[in-house]
Amino acid sequence: MKFLSDSALERLREGAEAPDLAGTRYRLLERIARGGMGVVYAAEDENLQRRVALKVLDVPGTDGDLANRLVREARVLAALEHPGIVPVHDVGTLADGRVFYTMKFVEGQRLDKYIESVTSVPDRLRLFLRICDAVAFAHARGVLHRDLKPANIMVGPFGEVLVMDWGLAKILRSGDSKTTRVADPDATIFEKPKQSALSGDSTEVSGVTGHGTILGTPGYMSPEQARGDVELLDARSDIFSLGALLRFILTGDRESGSAPGAVRIDKSLSAICAKATAASPAERYPDVQEMALDISRYLDGLAVGAHKETLLEKAGRFYRRYRFFILLIAAYLAMRVLILLFLHR
Amino acid sequence: MRQDDFQPGGDRFPLTRRSVIEAARCIDAQERERALEALCAAYWRPVYKYVRWRWNRPVEAAQDLTQGFFAELLERGLLDKFDSNKSRLRTYLRVCVDSFVMNEDRAGRRQRRGGSIPHVALDFAAAEEELGATAIDPAKIASPESLEEFFEKEWVRSLFALAVEDLRELCEQRERSRTFRLFEAYDLEGNEKSSYEQLSKDYGISVTDVTNALSWARREFRKIALDRLRELCGSEEEFQREARAAFGWDAK
Repeated sequence: MKFLSDSALERLREGAEAPDLAGTRYRLLERIARGGMGVVYAAEDENLQRRVALKVLDVPGTDGDLANRLVREARVLAALEHPGIVPVHDVGTLADGRVFYTMKFVEGQRLDKYIESVTSVPDRLRLFLRICDAVAFAHARGVLHRDLKPANIMVGPFGEVLVMDWGLAKILRSGDSKTTRVADPDATIFEKPKQSALSGDSTEVSGVTGHGTILGTPGYMSPEQARGDVELLDARSDIFSLGALLRFILTGDRESGSAPGAVRIDKSLSAICAKATAASPAERYPDVQEMALDISRYLDGLAVGAHKETLLEKAGRFYRRYRFFILLIAAYLAMRVLILLFLHR
Repeated sequence: MRQDDFQPGGDRFPLTRRSVIEAARCIDAQERERALEALCAAYWRPVYKYVRWRWNRPVEAAQDLTQGFFAELLERGLLDKFDSNKSRLRTYLRVCVDSFVMNEDRAGRRQRRGGSIPHVALDFAAAEEELGATAIDPAKIASPESLEEFFEKEWVRSLFALAVEDLRELCEQRERSRTFRLFEAYDLEGNEKSSYEQLSKDYGISVTDVTNALSWARREFRKIALDRLRELCGSEEEFQREARAAFGWDAK
């Protein structure tokens, strides 16, 4: 039997990693990234002659936890047709037994890199509102993301925002969502499992993340998610993550805003972050729209619901909102005073 | 291997082999022996090297202990006690080796064994040579992590070496000896200077042919290695974990 050196072992590992695309319409181009479940490659769809991203598991088999999770992720994505959610094209099993799906190849930057180039606070907030749009849409369809963080948000070359990596998504049962009032009853496929194409695995997470299983990212995960209370999770758990994400977007740091080059944020924005990331779900925004509304109010120079202003703060906000007119009136009055003084001399 | 063990597509290896754990608990003596042979083939080298390295035993004593361990595995039915929900088979066997060596030391036994172990050729001279060629960091010796790491690495080496042997046989059967030589030259013996262009010149074939041949060989190697691995695991979960460890997918 041949002795295999350490370098031979490495080469064998590298060689064995590439997926077997024989019999598919895809041609492997390059490896893009590795995640917890598997690898994402750039591939070419030879029929349509376009580049796609191909996510494939490491290990063959269609009935393991990871395979279930990958298929479920693909189905969740397929059901969430929204400009802010990456569209899925195909799902299946490769000749080597590994489960895969293909999705739109997103050219752009991860939010944590992109945000460095956005210096103005309003621009950062507008970016955040686009993330809220996509998450609110998913909630309306009864889907929680459960892993919202900068690394899972991509920003395209034209500033379009895409929420990625729905591998931990939880599908809510009817009535779990706090946002069901905005849902289109004909489109809420996850709330009607018996009628949906997802049938058996549509009401919960097929045991993939059952009670007591902790999945998520520390710092962005709500306390109830960190405790593994899967049954208690609802839209407010994602709102916690959005609050942490907003803090990151504004300050460059999810905890304290003390990161180098951090932007100082005012009390209203700080209060929005604090309300969204409250330890108790009852103290958070009831839904994403409410949170987005507060951000929009701030952008419009209005009082935000999360912060009770003092008289001085009200005056300051009034001044900032009507600065142009106030300065115009002040200039006009100053001019009148100068004219009067000149005439009386 | 019988012809009916082959996949309908003509592949040399069965879709799923029975787990050695299940087979070792089987009442069919032939099945049990086959399981132990498979286990012994995959583990005797790691066990021998581990005894030499961890327990610092001289060559002859390590050979006796290795043979003794597999005989004991059979005699005492140690595989029956393995629970894949509690640990990996690899870790379980390493712990069994440790207690076996300690018990042997306490009893002061040192007897020639080998009569009752499965019919697997134990080429100790080759294993000894390999041990000499293996880079071991002396600073790491004796930490529990390094023991696990050493055993895992030798286990992967053994698993991959068996898979390479199977691949060689498969290439011979399919009259693809050149494919195996290319695989050997690039993936097993290659270095940073190796290139597809150089191989295409050496073998007088196009670069595309080299690419296709290597791609096929790697695909088959992966299939064979995973198939062997599945056989050595007690459950699907253990297989998934061990596959990630063997192919380094956790570390990347």
